[in-house]
Amino acid sequence: MRKFKSVMSVVAATALFAGTLAGCGGSSNTSDAPATEESKAEETTEAAEGEAPAANSGATFKIGSIGPLTGGAAAYGNAVVNSVELAVAEINAAGGINGYQVEMKGEDDELNAEKSVNAYNSLKDWGMQFLVGATTSACSLAVSDYTHEDNMFQLTPSASAADCVSYDNVFRVCFSDPNQGLASAQYIAGHSLGTKIAVIYDSSDPYSSGVYQTFAQEAANQGLEIVSAEAFTADSKTDFSVQLQKAKDAEADLLFLPIYYTEASLILTQANTMGYAPTFFGVDGMDGILTVENFDTSLAEGLMLLTPFAADATDDLTVNYVKNYSDKYGETPNQFGADAYDAVYVIKQCLEEAGATPDMSVSDLCDVMKSTIVKITAKGLTSDVMTWDASGEPNKEPKAVVIQNGAYVSVE
Amino acid sequence: MSFLIYLINGLSLGSIYAIIALGYTMVYGIAKMLNFAHGDFIMVGCYVIFTICSTLSGNTLVGILAAIVLCTLLGITTEKVAYKPLRGAASPLAVLITAIGVSYFLENLALLIFGADIKSFSSVVSWSGLSFAGGELKIQGVTIVTILSSIVILIVLQLFIHKTKEGQAMLAVAEDKGAAMLMGINVNKTITLTFAIGSALAAVAGALLCSAYPSLSPYLGAMPGIKAFVAAVFGGIGSIPGAMIGGLVLGIVEILSRTYISSQLADAIVFGILIVVLLVKPTGLLGKVIQEKV
Repeated sequence: MRKFKSVMSVVAATALFAGTLAGCGGSSNTSDAPATEESKAEETTEAAEGEAPAANSGATFKIGSIGPLTGGAAAYGNAVVNSVELAVAEINAAGGINGYQVEMKGEDDELNAEKSVNAYNSLKDWGMQFLVGATTSACSLAVSDYTHEDNMFQLTPSASAADCVSYDNVFRVCFSDPNQGLASAQYIAGHSLGTKIAVIYDSSDPYSSGVYQTFAQEAANQGLEIVSAEAFTADSKTDFSVQLQKAKDAEADLLFLPIYYTEASLILTQANTMGYAPTFFGVDGMDGILTVENFDTSLAEGLMLLTPFAADATDDLTVNYVKNYSDKYGETPNQFGADAYDAVYVIKQCLEEAGATPDMSVSDLCDVMKSTIVKITAKGLTSDVMTWDASGEPNKEPKAVVIQNGAYVSVE
Repeated sequence: MSFLIYLINGLSLGSIYAIIALGYTMVYGIAKMLNFAHGDFIMVGCYVIFTICSTLSGNTLVGILAAIVLCTLLGITTEKVAYKPLRGAASPLAVLITAIGVSYFLENLALLIFGADIKSFSSVVSWSGLSFAGGELKIQGVTIVTILSSIVILIVLQLFIHKTKEGQAMLAVAEDKGAAMLMGINVNKTITLTFAIGSALAAVAGALLCSAYPSLSPYLGAMPGIKAFVAAVFGGIGSIPGAMIGGLVLGIVEILSRTYISSQLADAIVFGILIVVLLVKPTGLLGKVIQEKV
């Protein structure tokens, strides 16, 4: 999508240079911002409301899931939808929820907010009662306008932007961006990992800059000195020589990287070639760095990250999940999958707690879920103890892992 | 000392832009079309090298040669299938839009074959580089190889164009396609040759790009492609030395403005300079003013 925008802007620019035409390529409508798509999306809703919603036979619970199944973020969406499928299969094999079987359906949104709303509408036509999604923040935000309107219970596994859970029917499993920045600063100060901190973050990404901002605020409270804070943008994320050189010149002993592992793997490689070896510290976006094909994992040795899920953890729940997932889908699941797996079990726990049945209306089920989720204490892959309050935010302890000998090792 | 490091980094980035820009500018100069899929040819080259060297653990040199051959074939095929039939189309936009289509096609094909997950590329340059001033100033091997390659490519291209018959034919086609045809030059063959050379350059650029920035994704060619296009316009599109100068200037300006002004504004500054240059000199630094014949 970003590529689309770039290409279109060049087309537009070319048109200017060549002077051959006017008015081509002006409307590159990416729809990250849900507000810009309101008019179009409204039509869609009206269309959907016009038809009678597919009546549920009352025999099964229906869980829908939305995520990018194709495109650049496909790894996240597939992990979510596959994990929902896995959890649902397990639940059905074990007798279902309150004796009722569960059906699931996943839809692709291609990381596009407008398509995410379309996916939501088609799932609604299918008879969805609970939404585990959307996977990413912008899409989840767009969809939540509609779930709120329909009073459909939405539990997003992984949308971490602060305002994703602003409606009372939306809850999430993952940490919010601000909480990750806060927890990172506290963790670094609490464990005396470094005193002079350098940060490299993606200023074009709300996730990365959101974490950075709360980190910077909390760092000041914790007495950490940020000696260098350099940004990059989505359009120039291959060359980090400048950012690294500045961190090195400022003699930073810890480099905080609130970014995705894609860029982090490049930063680690470039830091190594220039002979700079501070302590590297990341957040959940760093999860996956060891899975980068052909990446020299020795470069990540000693890298620390706050993440709710480590695939090599040895507790039974994780071992089973990772084994079943890899048997079925041929790859090791990531944190997004773990969040989604937990989300399905949280829904199950709530429904059992409340004794709900599938013949209840979507709105009644949502009300039941809203009042039950704040009462339960869940145990899952991403935390041993998870509770929710009415704000939609989970309360759970962040876990830190360090990479040793090419594997994640939990730090206690 | 830091300034020198930044300058060398800029030169290295600029050399890569320059090699990509050479492909853009040659194709534009001769076929009068912007091959927006050029960036994606780079990506294809990178994946070929990756597959041969890392997956099949073959020889690096074999990998690069295979990438050059495959990219050349890809360039020729693309030209034959997607561009040539549209050369006579009423609107010059048709072929431009097709080029964008080819770009998307290649990206999605790579997505299908190799997946969305990034892969780490092993540098094709195993030499660790030079160290000066007691280790204070380290120049990486890949940086030196990149800069040298771009110079060698520039010289070879210039010699090829000015000293060989095929090169002369290219100049003639660039000057006036119709007149060249009347003089017995096979215009179609010349354009195909241009695509072949441009695509081979894309493979070389890919090898160097991924050695310097070892992250492989189906979209890796998109942004460098656009920056190199800017470099080509900046230097005067159609001009080979212009593409070289444009690429180097762009790389250095990008790195220095990121260092001394703002890491977020670097791109805005680069494109701002482009606008200023085009306002003052609409044909770019070394571009020829083409007079409309009546």
